Amino acid sequence: MAWSGQARGLRSAASVVVSADRTERLSAKGAFMRAMVYRGPYKVRVEEKEMPAIEHPNDAIVRVTLAAICGSDLHLYHGMMPDTRVGMTFGHEFIGVVEQVGPSVQNLSVGDRVMVPFNIFCGSCWFCARGLYGNCHNVNPNATAVGGIYGYSHTTGGYDGGQSEFVRVPFADVGPSRIPEWMDDEDAVLLTDALATGYFGAQLGDIVEGDVVAVFGAGPVGLFAAKSAWLMGAGRVIVIDHLEYRLEKARTFAHAETYNFTEYDDIVVEMKKMTDHLGADVAIDAVGAEADGNLLQHITSAKLKLQGGSPVALNWAIDSVRKGGTVSVVGAYGPIFSAVKFGDAVNKGLTLRMNQCPVKRQWPRLFEHVRNGYLKPSDIVTHRIPLEHIAEGYHIFSAKLDGCIKPLVVPNAG
Amino acid sequence: MAYTPEKPPIAESADQLRARIPGWGVDLDPKDRPSVPKLQYQDDLSGAHWTFPERQPEKWPRERSIEHKFLTPVFGTSCPPKGLSGMLRKLAYRKYSEGRAAHWLILIAADRVDAWENHLRSFATLHPDNPITETGVLSEFSRHGVASRLGRKRTDVKHQLLDPIIVAGPWVLAAAGAAYLGRRAAARRRPG
Repeated sequence: MAWSGQARGLRSAASVVVSADRTERLSAKGAFMRAMVYRGPYKVRVEEKEMPAIEHPNDAIVRVTLAAICGSDLHLYHGMMPDTRVGMTFGHEFIGVVEQVGPSVQNLSVGDRVMVPFNIFCGSCWFCARGLYGNCHNVNPNATAVGGIYGYSHTTGGYDGGQSEFVRVPFADVGPSRIPEWMDDEDAVLLTDALATGYFGAQLGDIVEGDVVAVFGAGPVGLFAAKSAWLMGAGRVIVIDHLEYRLEKARTFAHAETYNFTEYDDIVVEMKKMTDHLGADVAIDAVGAEADGNLLQHITSAKLKLQGGSPVALNWAIDSVRKGGTVSVVGAYGPIFSAVKFGDAVNKGLTLRMNQCPVKRQWPRLFEHVRNGYLKPSDIVTHRIPLEHIAEGYHIFSAKLDGCIKPLVVPNAG
Repeated sequence: MAYTPEKPPIAESADQLRARIPGWGVDLDPKDRPSVPKLQYQDDLSGAHWTFPERQPEKWPRERSIEHKFLTPVFGTSCPPKGLSGMLRKLAYRKYSEGRAAHWLILIAADRVDAWENHLRSFATLHPDNPITETGVLSEFSRHGVASRLGRKRTDVKHQLLDPIIVAGPWVLAAAGAAYLGRRAAARRRPG
């Protein structure tokens, strides 16, 4: 990609390179750091954990300066994602400073301020070579159906994540990028997943000028998808949720029409009425596995773990979109079966498009949009949680307390 | 409308939308979007200077999907499998592909076992699990737990009532079970 513009001078050092002030700490046997640790459903704490080490020649160790809790982290927190092990550190949205690099790393140097996509990817497998960075085949031994993700259970490869002081970053020459000088940390951290995924969700909708776009979910990804839909020429953007404070954000931040589904007997009928009974041209599921709106679906998935996810928003998207329309799915679902209304999708001739966002593929364009002021991702940040208070952070976000939309995690908050 | 050939008109023109919404239409051309076309060959392999990566050392037999040809060259090393949960996990990976429900259901069961193994193990340490601090539930008082829910028409409040049962229920049952067994053992020891 012409965009990266990174120096590619060969590093001749045959061994690991470490910043001088940290050499002692990293090389000391038994060195520890502070990290968020999962202790079972609904339980997390901060522990002293062994420092990550270079395990592959193209690894880097990054000192985390800012991280975030993603809505999809809540699926782990609630025990929904298979093979989520006690002791794992979550966190796939983070930025930091390169602390140490492996001997084959050429594109990054110690001291670089970097943003790291949530995808772990090799760059060279059949999928990465074609830009499907979210589907890398060389980084996740545990499953072929999903790529590698930081801090997201063993189902996505068993990597510890960035809600910690330090994190191992595999394929340092491929994934991370230097943060542009002009970019704020809070904007940068949201580019590692939430903004990129929302923008990607709008792209998957194949929006053309004048389209009516319905976005299910007014969380961070839904807000960014709604905002991005306008950039792609949407004629109307409608956001549906049940949390009034988030719908308010959808109106002010994303300029969207909003509907609180709890105020209607049947939101699908309402969607038909508001589109002159045609249906939306494009519907985006930005909710995923813990969708509300149908108690049975929610309880069988989020509480009893008998489904890979509650497909309420997805089923509403299928039923609300017009025949021949497109449903884009960027909400996260687990690998177990879900009760999706597939017959309706078939009978309506829908195009269903979905994937884990290939984050780095979005960055050049998103950097432009942030620089031009079309997108200001940090506008949705509501909470900045010191790492030491991570348990409260998860509870506030999970229980939707205090108007929480996007919580950031600050290691070494002092 | 849906029953006639023409699409319902949009209330605002392109010019009105452009004036109202910063950046409206800057990505108007569907062919000029970052993920279009879907399978777009990346000539520079995104910075990779290998066609197959060097292999990371395998420090213990790493569980892997049987749908893979071999262990991937790079993998996570967090939390190696151990105990009963580890045995269940190894079984799920060794015996069932990702296409089988048994694979995932065993892994989910192993997660529950893992939590209990670790709770019990923590009681033999100086840092036992503490459901109060680890659930962050005290933020209910400092972060407007009641005001965030009451009168807000939130549909999730109904099932949030289940959360304390899910979290505390097994602890209460375990404590009751332990008390019951303790009483029985004491009664057996009593003479006569």
